[in-house]
Order: sequence, then C-alpha cells, then structure tokens
Amino acid sequence: MKRLLVVVVALSVVLFSGAAFAADTIKIGVPGAHSGDLASYGLPSLNAAKLVVADINAKGGILGKKVEIVPEDDVCKPEVAANVGTKLVSEKVNVVMGHICSGATKAALNIYKDAKIITMSPSATNVDLTKSGEYPNFFRTISPDDAQANLQVVFAQKKLKVKKVAVIHDKGDYGKGLAEFAKADFEKMGIKVVLFEGITPGAVDYSAVVQKIKRSGADAVVYGGYHPEAAKIVSGMRKKKMKTIFISDDGVRDDTFIKVAGKYAEGVYATGPIDTTKNPLAIAAIEQHKKVYGTEPGAFYLNAYAATECLLQGIEKAKSTDYAAIAKSLRSNWFQTPLGKISFDAKGDAKGIGFAVYQVKNGKYVEIGK
Amino acid sequence: MDYFLELFFGGLTRGSIYALIALGYTMVYGIIQLINFAHGEIYMIGAFTALVVASALSLLGMNGLSLLMLSGVIAMIYSAAYGFTMEKIAYKPLRDAQRLSPLISAIGMSIFLQNYVLLAQTSDFVSFPALIEEFPFMESVTIMRSSELVIVVTTAVATTLLTLFIKFTRMGKAMRAVAQDKTMAMLLGVNVNRVISATFIIGSALAAVGGVLISSHIGQINFYIGFIAGIKAFTAAVLGGIGSIPGAVIGGLVLGWTESFATGYVSSDYEDVFAFGLLVFILIFRPAGILGKTTSEKV
Amino acid sequence: MKTDWKPLMQRVSSEMIKSIVVSLWFVFLTFPLMVMKIRPLDQTIEWRWMNLVYVGVGAFFLSFVWRYLMARKERGSEKDEGDSWQKRIGMKIRSDKRISVSGLIGVGIFVLIFPFLFSSYQTSIMITALMYVMLGLGLNIVVGLAGLLDLGYVAFYAVGAYFYALMNHHFGIGFWAALPFAGGLAAVFGILLGFPVLRLKGDYLAIVTLGFGEIIRLILENWNELSYGPSGIAGISRPGFFGFEFTLQQHTVYLFYIMVALVALTTIVVSRLRNSRIGRAWIALREDEVACQAMGIDKTRTKLTAFALGATWAGFVGCIFAAKTTFINPASFTFMESAMILSIVVLGGMGSIVGVMVGALVLILLPEYLRAFSEYRMLAFGASMVIIMVFRPQGIISGIRQRYEFRKQPQQEVSP
Repeated sequence: MKRLLVVVVALSVVLFSGAAFAADTIKIGVPGAHSGDLASYGLPSLNAAKLVVADINAKGGILGKKVEIVPEDDVCKPEVAANVGTKLVSEKVNVVMGHICSGATKAALNIYKDAKIITMSPSATNVDLTKSGEYPNFFRTISPDDAQANLQVVFAQKKLKVKKVAVIHDKGDYGKGLAEFAKADFEKMGIKVVLFEGITPGAVDYSAVVQKIKRSGADAVVYGGYHPEAAKIVSGMRKKKMKTIFISDDGVRDDTFIKVAGKYAEGVYATGPIDTTKNPLAIAAIEQHKKVYGTEPGAFYLNAYAATECLLQGIEKAKSTDYAAIAKSLRSNWFQTPLGKISFDAKGDAKGIGFAVYQVKNGKYVEIGK
Repeated sequence: MDYFLELFFGGLTRGSIYALIALGYTMVYGIIQLINFAHGEIYMIGAFTALVVASALSLLGMNGLSLLMLSGVIAMIYSAAYGFTMEKIAYKPLRDAQRLSPLISAIGMSIFLQNYVLLAQTSDFVSFPALIEEFPFMESVTIMRSSELVIVVTTAVATTLLTLFIKFTRMGKAMRAVAQDKTMAMLLGVNVNRVISATFIIGSALAAVGGVLISSHIGQINFYIGFIAGIKAFTAAVLGGIGSIPGAVIGGLVLGWTESFATGYVSSDYEDVFAFGLLVFILIFRPAGILGKTTSEKV
Repeated sequence: MKTDWKPLMQRVSSEMIKSIVVSLWFVFLTFPLMVMKIRPLDQTIEWRWMNLVYVGVGAFFLSFVWRYLMARKERGSEKDEGDSWQKRIGMKIRSDKRISVSGLIGVGIFVLIFPFLFSSYQTSIMITALMYVMLGLGLNIVVGLAGLLDLGYVAFYAVGAYFYALMNHHFGIGFWAALPFAGGLAAVFGILLGFPVLRLKGDYLAIVTLGFGEIIRLILENWNELSYGPSGIAGISRPGFFGFEFTLQQHTVYLFYIMVALVALTTIVVSRLRNSRIGRAWIALREDEVACQAMGIDKTRTKLTAFALGATWAGFVGCIFAAKTTFINPASFTFMESAMILSIVVLGGMGSIVGVMVGALVLILLPEYLRAFSEYRMLAFGASMVIIMVFRPQGIISGIRQRYEFRKQPQQEVSP
C-alpha cells in the first residue's frame, strides 16, 4: 500500500502545483501542436512567444507586471484543444495566442468566448472563424483562406497569364481550404482547372502526382499546404525537367522551404505578408531567433511574433486586462509588428497586413507584386 | 506509354523502399511473432544519424561516393545498435508474456523514440544532402533518375544477400530453426537470444539503408517520417505474407505500384484507399498473404 | 570476519562494471543525436558535450534501478501467484462483501461530488477519460474477450461522431435522439467490417482492420459533400436537458454525469455479456477456434456479434465526443487513436473490466498530468508505456479468470 500512497502523493503534487501561482503576472496561453506530426508548425510560434515575452520582461513587463507564458500542447486535435482550452481558462490566463490549426481553434474558441478571453491565432486561416461573426473574441494575424487564394488567382491570371492550372492540396484543413477557394476563383475567371487533387502528407515521394501534373499539360500548379510536401513536389518536377510554374501559400513562404528544396526552389511563387524582408522589425525578429535557437525560424513564426506583440501591446494600451478593454484596444489602435503596422477590424481580421506575392530569386524570397 | 512507364518506375522506387523496411518487419515477425511498431523509428534514426554524420564529414571535406558509403555504414551501425538495445529493453523481458504486451511496448517505444529525436535534434524539416550523385550515363534517360536506380538496385542486392544469408550461413539456419520452433531450437543448442538479437540487428541495418537512400532521394527529413513509412511497410509485409522474405519484397512492390497507378489513373485523393482496398481484396482470397503458406490446422 | 566482505565486494564491483558498460553503451548510442546537432543555418555542427555527461551518469544510475526491478520481478514470478499482495487484496475484496460494498459506495460518492471538488478543467479531462473507459470496454469485447486484434476501432468512433454531427447539422436532431442510432449505425459498420475478415487470423486481421480505419478516415477527408472534408463540422449542439439553458460550466458538469451513467451502464452490460452464453462463446473462440467449432458454436455469428457489440459502444462515445467538443474533423480519428484505445485495453489488463478502467484513467490522465514536464511530456509518456508493460506484462490489473474448482467437500457436510 505504501507504493500506492507515494503515487497518490506524487500525483496530487503535480495536480495542485499548477494552482499555486502568483497573481501578479500577466499570463498568456500559448496552445498549439508541440508534439506529433504537426509539431513543426506549432513550435515556431511557441519560440516566437518566448522571445517576445523575454524581451518585454527584460524591459520590465507591462502594466508593471511580468508576463508569463503558459504553453499547452494540443497536437492539433479538436478534442485535446477543447481540454487545453478548459485548462487555460482554469489557470486564469489573460489572453491566448493560438491555436495553430483551424480545427483545434474552432473546438477551443467557444470555451474562450464563454470565459471572455481574447484569442489571437497566428495561423488559423479558416474563413468562418472571423466572417461568421460567431466569435467576437477571435483575432488573427494571418489572412483568411479566401483572400490569399484570390491573390494567387489574380496574380496567376494577370501577371503569369496562365491558361490551364493544376490545383493540388495536402488534404489538411489549411491546404484544402485554400485550394478550394483557388479552384472556385479560377473557374469564375474562366481559367481551366485541369487537375484538382489531394496528396497524402508525409508520403515517401510524389512522383506519380508529378507525372500526372506533367500529363495534364497545366501551365501552373497552385499548391495549398505546407513546405515539406511542396519541396518534394517542386524538386520532383524540376528533376523531371518540367518548367511548370509553382504557386503556393504562406505555409511555403518559409526559408526552410528554400533550404530544403535548394536550387529547385528557384522561381517558385508564394504569397505572404507584405514586405517582411525589408521591415526592420521582421529582420530583427528573425535574427533574434537565429541567435537564440541557431536555426531559421519555422512556419508562422512572424505571424506568431506579431500576434504576441499585438496582444501584449493591446493590454498595455488598454491599461487593463479586461476583456472588453483589450478588444477595443486591438480594434482601435495600430501596432508596430514584424508584419508591418496593423490593427484589427470588427470581425477580427487584421488590417494592414497586405498580402504580396513573393518569388524565390537566388535563394531568397523577393517581393514582386501586391 | 511513357506515362505508364514513368508510373511504373515511380512505383518501383517507392515499392523498393517499402520492401527494404518491410524486410525488418517480416524477419522480426517470423522469429518472435511481434509486430515491431517501432521499426519505422529505426528507419528514421538511421536517416538522422546519416544526416549528422554526413554533415560532419563534409565539413572535413569529404564528398562523393566515399561520403555516401561512410555515412551510410555509420547509420547502419547505429540503427543496428538502436534495434539491438530496443529489443533488450522493451521486448526481451516480455518474451513469455501474452502476445499483445510487446505490441503495446512497441507503440510506447515508437512514441519515445520520435520524441527523443524531436527533443535532441529539431521539430522542423531539415534538408538532407543529395548523397547520390547523378550518373553521367543517366543523363539522357527521362523516365528514371539515378537515385531511383540506386534504390532499386540496392533493394535487389540486399534481398539477394539476405536470402543467401538465411539459406546458407549457420546463423541463417539458426534463424529458420527458431522461426519454426523456438523451444525445439533451444533444445538443439541454438542460442535463441543471440538469434533474436541478430535478427533485430540485420533488420534495423536494412531499415537504415532505406532511410539513407530515400532521404537523399527526396532531400528532407524530420522526426516523424518513420511513422507513415512504418505503417506502409507493415502493410507490405502482411500483403506479401508476413514472415516470408521474398513475400516482403513482393508485397512492397505490389503496394508501391498500386499507389502509383491509383494516383496516375484515378486520383491521389484515394491513393491509400486503393492500397488498403487491395490488401483486403488479396487477403480475402489468400488469407495468409501472397506468398504466405496457409497451414491447415491439425487437431 | 574479513572473508564475509569479499563476496560482497565482488558483487559490488561486478555490478559496478555492468553499470559502467551500460553507461558507456548508451553514451555511444546517443552520441550522434544527443551530442551533435546540425545547425541547418550554416551547415555546421553544434557540439553539446554536456549531454554526454548527462547520458552517461543517467544511464549508470538507471541501470542499477533497472536491474534491481528486474530482479524483483523475477523473484515475484517465482513466488506462488496466489501469494502476492495484490492478489491477496483482490481476493479479500471479492470475498468480503462488506469491503466491496463500502468501497463501491465510497467510489460512488467520490465520483458524484467530483465536479464540485475540482476545477472544470479536471472535470473536462475526466469526461475524456471516461469516454476512453467506454471505448476501452467496447474494444475489450473484441480484443480481450473474442481475441480478435482490431487496429481500426477508431472507425466506429468516427461513424458515431459524424452521424450525430451530420444529423444535428442538417436536421437539427438532438443528442438524445441521435445517441441510440449512433450506436446502431456503428454496429452495422461492425458487421460490414466483420464479413470480409471472417477467415483472417491474428495479425492479418490486425492489418485489415487498420486499413478499414484508415479508409473511413480518408473518405471523411475527401468526400466534401458528405463530411465537409478536413475543415470539419462546427457548432454541434451540446446535450439538452428538458429545454434548460446551461452555461458552459454547467454543461461540463452535466456531461460528466451523463458519462458516469453511461460508464455504469456499459460496465453492467459488458459484465453481464461476459458471463452470458455469447460471452463464453467469445472466450472459447479466443482460446481455440477449432475446439470451439467442434463444440457446436457458430463461428461466424460469434465473431460478427463481437464486432457489432464492440462497435456499438464506440458509436455511443462518438456521439458524445461530437457533443462535447461541438466541433469535429477527421484529425481526431487517426490510427494513433486506435493504438491508444488498444493500449488502454492491454495495459490495463485484457479481459478485466476494472483493468480497462484503470488503463483508460492512466493513459488518458497521464499525458494531461505530465503537462508539468512540458516538452518532455510525450517522451515520458512513451517511456511509461514501455516500463508499465515490461514490469506488469499482464496489465496493471490482470483479468481474474473464472475458475471452477473441484474441492473435496468435508465428509460431515456431504453425508447427512
């Protein structure tokens, strides 16, 4: 029985240690995928939050209080996200910077709404999150699927003058959402979508899909999804000496993509927030990450950096951690972030994050059009 | 016709990789009837070790074939060492336990190893150097690339060597004996522990070969690549008849081709549906896989 | 006196050598991944020599612990099974009505006041744990009792969840109306899966069920017209209670009681099933298919009922799942989920109802409480799974098999 007692005591220590916190900090919950297959999209956001908070604490915190991060792993699964949401609420976080996936965000958002906690996602692009008007507590520093898809389509039509396109996605909530909007927009403009397919993320290779693209005779591929699969498809195409134009999204506009795809990345188009390559704040944020973690920041790093800064500056300008005050502050003030000077509209989408098209030139993303 | 051939060779490459990993599955299964779910992680660890070693060696100025060989061999050694240790920790104490216990232990091991690499290295995708150089004579060939050729040839060579090893060496004979009847083999003086260790070592080393080749073919890895490859290889092993070495190769190839042709002629949306559908279909008619022997039970 | 020290010293030194060997081995093993780290930025290697020391020292001490526990396990298994303290307590509880009844009442009271003792986070994860208790009990019918290894159990869970979500989304059908049909539909799917796999055995069955689970998930991902694809279905209604309006917190408490009631129901039904004619047929089938058939048991029917009755519970839980999270998408129904449910059954103790409950509580609550370790959470979780299995291979609580013993009755009672 002694063993049982030890276990019970140990468990209750773990259980209640969370409750013993000091009330004089501002808590920011950072939920996202920190393990499992999507960890590489969740951990960069956590890094961003850590760096911003360390900076702010070094300057003495906000409203005279130190800022504390409460990281929670939701593995991008709705049910875990709902539990994580409840946990953050019971830990009395003041604001939430997360979740990473749209699905997880949707599952947790009702809980934050009920508890009156402002939530800002760096990467949930699902249109309904803001446009439905159901979640007045939700903000985001990324553009919704429809806006990004529209930019891709207009760019493909006006600048690249494509006639036939192949739309490929990764079956995920981010990639497929984008791809569906892109397909609809292309069809509206009378451009033929010759191929619309989902690939299996994490598959060994995509040579069959590449063959299919080749056979479809598409001038351009529009890909909705993240950089690992994009890198495999692009290298596959270029190695087969195909010159098909490759257009993708924010999940690909990431320096890791160029590192991984190497010379094959050259010429790839991707949409992303305006002008981050020249913004001194963005350059500083990236340098900071390189210095502390020794690597290029991963996906959605700048979005998360901006989201954390907006939340904390929002609190500071509101001079309170009250729900309504922060919401008002976020909607009425403009914030200097690595994504530029931004504010939020009534529905929670960011104003001022213009989206631009980038192209890889000499191993770097260069902005080429808005 | 070109389209067909391209899909054919694409499927052949993919199938060869599945086969290389499936060999490890099937060997372990044949000997201790364990579905080693952590086998995919061994493949991943092999790839990661090769990456680290190759980066270190290329800093020293090594390149070309010697770099591929040396980092490949070190990756094999390490994968084998991980496989060996894993067996000692997670499976050996469970040898006499009920059949499903080692399976759960394997799932735990898989989660552990994934997160070990995640923490020790990185969560992000990292680029893997193209260790296999383009052969000049492949320049004019469009339907297949050098790295694909290397993968297919390596699989063929590895399978042949393995078959010869099992057929003709002492250890191979011991392995067959243990697979047939562990207790009897023990009574006849076969050191069962050593045979099992050897099986894990060989299987893991083969997985490492697969890991190094495919990573250098597609150019990137992260800590999660072992999971899907592992499931697919397991499917291949069962499809071919688990426990049979030629079966693993045939299963891998059939699976690779199914996926490739399903994507090419139907849709990649349902690529895996076709793969698993075929599996169900084959197992309905041959309940022990393509090459598996249906043993009639004696009562 | 001096001679007494010598063997001890020898033993200590041999143990030391063993541990040093282990420690050196692990240093070698972890060297490329723990010490070297590539910096993709400039393609250089970062050398983390301190990790070498941590691994070496850690492995040195842990190897002592490992060997000590191993030795204890060996000794434990040598001893008579009936003598171990767990068994004795188990027997005592079973034989003594007073202890078992008061224990049950105690547990009952604790459960009933649970939501008022702990925060709504604790209640919420407890609901999740109870959902997995139900899933575990359902899978236990298939794996534990009938001995059919099912790696695609999550498919039935998905069927239940999507059934309620779609019914609610399109027709506004409430939770209580959908619940029984969710279970029924899952049972139908169970039979659909059961037919093609009747002939398969052991691991062939495992891979086909795994494939079945994946197929269901892929269909949900791809068939947008039916399932809304990966973006999922949001705004599913929570369970109603005679038209009362609840706050979120009250809803959690309400759902907790629903879950408790359902788990109680499941427990009763499953334990009744186990001792029924069909339950014994399952066990017989698990033990020996041929003998079972020779005894005149209809193999087809027995297998199909196992699949159907196992799937039913997953359908129920799926329905609750949709109602709890109010949002579902295919990401929740991956193979890992099936593996987790299977782990619950095996780790808790196959065939044992209490074991499955303990297994679910351990495996679902452990990662939640391990959140204190933040990034080491899943590492610790994987390690715990291995350790529990290695040291308790029969599961935390092993199923007590019903035994019918023939005991010679004392003379005076037999003769009147």
